[in-house]
Amino acid sequence: MIRLSIPLRQALAKLTLPVLIAASFALMLLGKADAVLAERGRVAVADALAPLYGVLAEPLGSVRAALDGVGDMFVLHAENARLREENARLRQWQSVALALDAENASLKANLHWIPDPAASYVTARVVADAGGVYARAVLLSTGPNPHITKGQVALDARGLAGRVTEVGTRSARVLLITDINSRIPVTLETSRGRAILIGTNGPRPRLAYWPEETPPQEGERVVTSAEAGVFPAGLPIGSVHYTSRNTAEVVPAARLDRLEVVRIFDYGLQGIVAPESPVARAQATAAAAAAERRR
Amino acid sequence: MDDPPSFRHPGIRPRPSVGRALDMAARWAFPGAITALLLLATAAPFGVPGQAELQAAVALASVFFWSLFRPAAMPPVLVFLLGLLADLLGYAPPGVGVLSLLLAGGIAFRFRRVLVRQGFLTVWLVFAVVATGAALLDWALTALLTFRLLAPGPALFQAALSCGIYPALAMLLTRAHQSLAAPERA
Repeated sequence: MIRLSIPLRQALAKLTLPVLIAASFALMLLGKADAVLAERGRVAVADALAPLYGVLAEPLGSVRAALDGVGDMFVLHAENARLREENARLRQWQSVALALDAENASLKANLHWIPDPAASYVTARVVADAGGVYARAVLLSTGPNPHITKGQVALDARGLAGRVTEVGTRSARVLLITDINSRIPVTLETSRGRAILIGTNGPRPRLAYWPEETPPQEGERVVTSAEAGVFPAGLPIGSVHYTSRNTAEVVPAARLDRLEVVRIFDYGLQGIVAPESPVARAQATAAAAAAERRR
Repeated sequence: MDDPPSFRHPGIRPRPSVGRALDMAARWAFPGAITALLLLATAAPFGVPGQAELQAAVALASVFFWSLFRPAAMPPVLVFLLGLLADLLGYAPPGVGVLSLLLAGGIAFRFRRVLVRQGFLTVWLVFAVVATGAALLDWALTALLTFRLLAPGPALFQAALSCGIYPALAMLLTRAHQSLAAPERA
């Protein structure tokens, strides 16, 4: 070890903090200049932790379910009555839906309708919240899974949850539709008007840029639009709700605050995929060419 | 620098052995390790609302506490690495958490000679000011780096949570400070 004089050592000790503060600013600039680097760091940490969180998620989920169960005991009677009533209503709807489905199928057959290709999907467990203070995202534990790529669509049992934005070897991050950076082209189902769904980091994203003649109606269903080639048309997102300040918001159908399992759909859409650096693209092309040569 | 305690207290001392050196090292590493562990634990899927804010609050409180009461075991380089871990775990733009932790640690270190002689309430008050500043700094830098005007609600919540969590955390850390993390008891 190099022996330094005491004044020099003291001067160095005094310099450490300013140098490190400057380094933190440099880190911010670096993160801004090379977003892929920051992403790679996050993915590495997420990959290391995803199996651990996957193990933890199970007992923690059971504990939460048990606590919810205790709460449910007190409202059992009221809940039962409500469910009976809802069940009767849904049965009516089911018969309507079956009739419409049959009619739809016969009409499509008559029209020689080109069916949409069936999308392949994989199901993954949500293991942790991956948003931080100023973002809304979830972390999936995927295992070594080659089928998940950036830009794929995540749905829970009820509706659209978000899109895959970061993919590691054992984990993937899904940016939710409520995130402040989320912009989704949507269709208002009854008026067929187009609009953009803008995340606010709050529980309900808001609508913007709808056609002047068809403002969104309270309670109207909102589905995805195939514009921009990011989503297939018609995935359920939620229903319109006006706030007291007359802002059109969407109440998401998906239970975004307690996602447990999501399906990741591959619709084969390449409309907007997060930009890849020219270097990575060149490497990918070179690797493909090398594989081609070997064959 | 302070003399090792053995010089100040003459008498029978345990012989320096490998086990004792390991014990000493473990005690020196305790503050950094417990902060990293708290960061990882608060990132675990508990499903508690406000967990992201809790993570930021716990990291800040721990770094502030150790920079104040055991600065030798919480050097700026360690704070930098912990900040980096916090940024990667908290999905913040890299460097934001690093800066606020470095500044909080630096303030605690700079005023430690005054602060360690004060009562708990004064330290808590100073921490409240530091935590509010750190939360606002995080908010401003994140908004600047993402080019979005963010709602200030989460920042205020983070500041309030930091102030609220400090007494409980400080009580636990004080226990550790006097027992587990004390190198003179090795």
